[in-house]
Amino acid sequence: MRSVDDVHHLLKPFEGRPVAVSAPARDPVNAPMIRHWCEAMGDTNPAYAGPDPIAPPTMLQAWTLPGLSGALSGRTPAGRGSVGHTSAHDELFALLDGAGYTAVVATDCEQEYVRPLRPGDEITFDSVIESVSPRKATRIGAGYFITTMMRVRVAGELVGTHRFRILKYAPVSGRLTEKPTEPPRPDRTARPARPRPVVNRDNAPFWEGVAAHKLLIQRCAACGALRFPWLPGCGRCGSPEWGTVEASGSGTVYSYVVMHHPPFPAFDPPYAVALVELAEGVRMISSITGVPHDGVRIGMSVELEFIRVDAGWELPVFRARSEGPEGEVA
Amino acid sequence: MTPGEELPPLTVPITRTLVIAGAIASRDYQDVHHDAEAARAKGSPDIFMNILTTNGLVGRYVTDYVTGRAGPKAVLRKVSIRLGVPSYPGDVLVLTGRILSVNERTIEISVVGTNRLGRHVTGTVLVALPSRTAA
Repeated sequence: MRSVDDVHHLLKPFEGRPVAVSAPARDPVNAPMIRHWCEAMGDTNPAYAGPDPIAPPTMLQAWTLPGLSGALSGRTPAGRGSVGHTSAHDELFALLDGAGYTAVVATDCEQEYVRPLRPGDEITFDSVIESVSPRKATRIGAGYFITTMMRVRVAGELVGTHRFRILKYAPVSGRLTEKPTEPPRPDRTARPARPRPVVNRDNAPFWEGVAAHKLLIQRCAACGALRFPWLPGCGRCGSPEWGTVEASGSGTVYSYVVMHHPPFPAFDPPYAVALVELAEGVRMISSITGVPHDGVRIGMSVELEFIRVDAGWELPVFRARSEGPEGEVA
Repeated sequence: MTPGEELPPLTVPITRTLVIAGAIASRDYQDVHHDAEAARAKGSPDIFMNILTTNGLVGRYVTDYVTGRAGPKAVLRKVSIRLGVPSYPGDVLVLTGRILSVNERTIEISVVGTNRLGRHVTGTVLVALPSRTAA
């Protein structure tokens, strides 16, 4: 299989190949094009107007471009723009287009102006492919930098040079230059479902108990120790044998936190998360109902209840007893 | 004009008209400079200013400053620019410059142009100063 950089060895031989040899410009340097340029750029330099204007030196490349007919039909059709052009440019572009590097962006322009151009100057130019870079990863996509060097002449006299670098690249979809979009806001009416518990053979009897509105605590068959949450073996003696005890449902808040941030899509902060100590002595993490999030207190007496959180499943939670903790374990 | 001196900044609103007029005035009919749909098809969010227009704006910025100080005979000798982020319609390009060196015959100025996305252009420009003896 060919590697992605495979075309570079095909590109390298293009270095040194002429693109244009004594190619004539489409038009002589002329005052109307100078004026259009100055109007577009907002350039009011008096040297570019009046009875004996010079062309803005930065127009140098503009005189050499083929114009609309060249852009529409490539560089090969008959016409003045194609005179003096070799096939090197078209071949190089066809090769890169075929390899997926279909987009072009100009990156560098280095111009030297030997003498000003004036209306009536008849321009010819030579252009050569100076270098083709190895494949480069860029912000807008991977591609190849192609540098050409152009010499611009009037009646054989060098009037300027123009080194031009483009990146011929494979565009990445989803440009980084896009304006960032607003992050989606949580839709309160269509809140995502809560995360589901993982039910496996080690804890399936617990969830079967919940479905039957029973809160089941594991008890080691060997040493009798109670444990919660459910685990395959006893934390005290290591025995894998176990049975269950149904919790009475009474408990107290052993500790709690109030969640403010970060928000989780299925929940609506702030809310309290409590560590409830059951009357049997084990502790479990759960929610407290019957009081607002800031009404939960350590030592608060609570009573088991089951709530339906989404269609099809329920969770054991604890409701704050309306009376004080009289008669309950402190 | 002394080395280290800053040029007053030039603010250029990048209008759709400037992008297209600049492309056409420079005979650059690449569709990404005048056809927004074609530009989007090539992965660009909109048309963007062509390098010849950037080059022209950099030249204008520097000659406006130098001819204002040294007279209309000051003329560009070299312009070297490198493009960074694109300039899209609606952006505002702010050109800033600093004098790098000055001698009897030439002045060299560095130019940076930034828009909301970052650096659009960095470059150096060499301007020939009018001699006192010859036109």
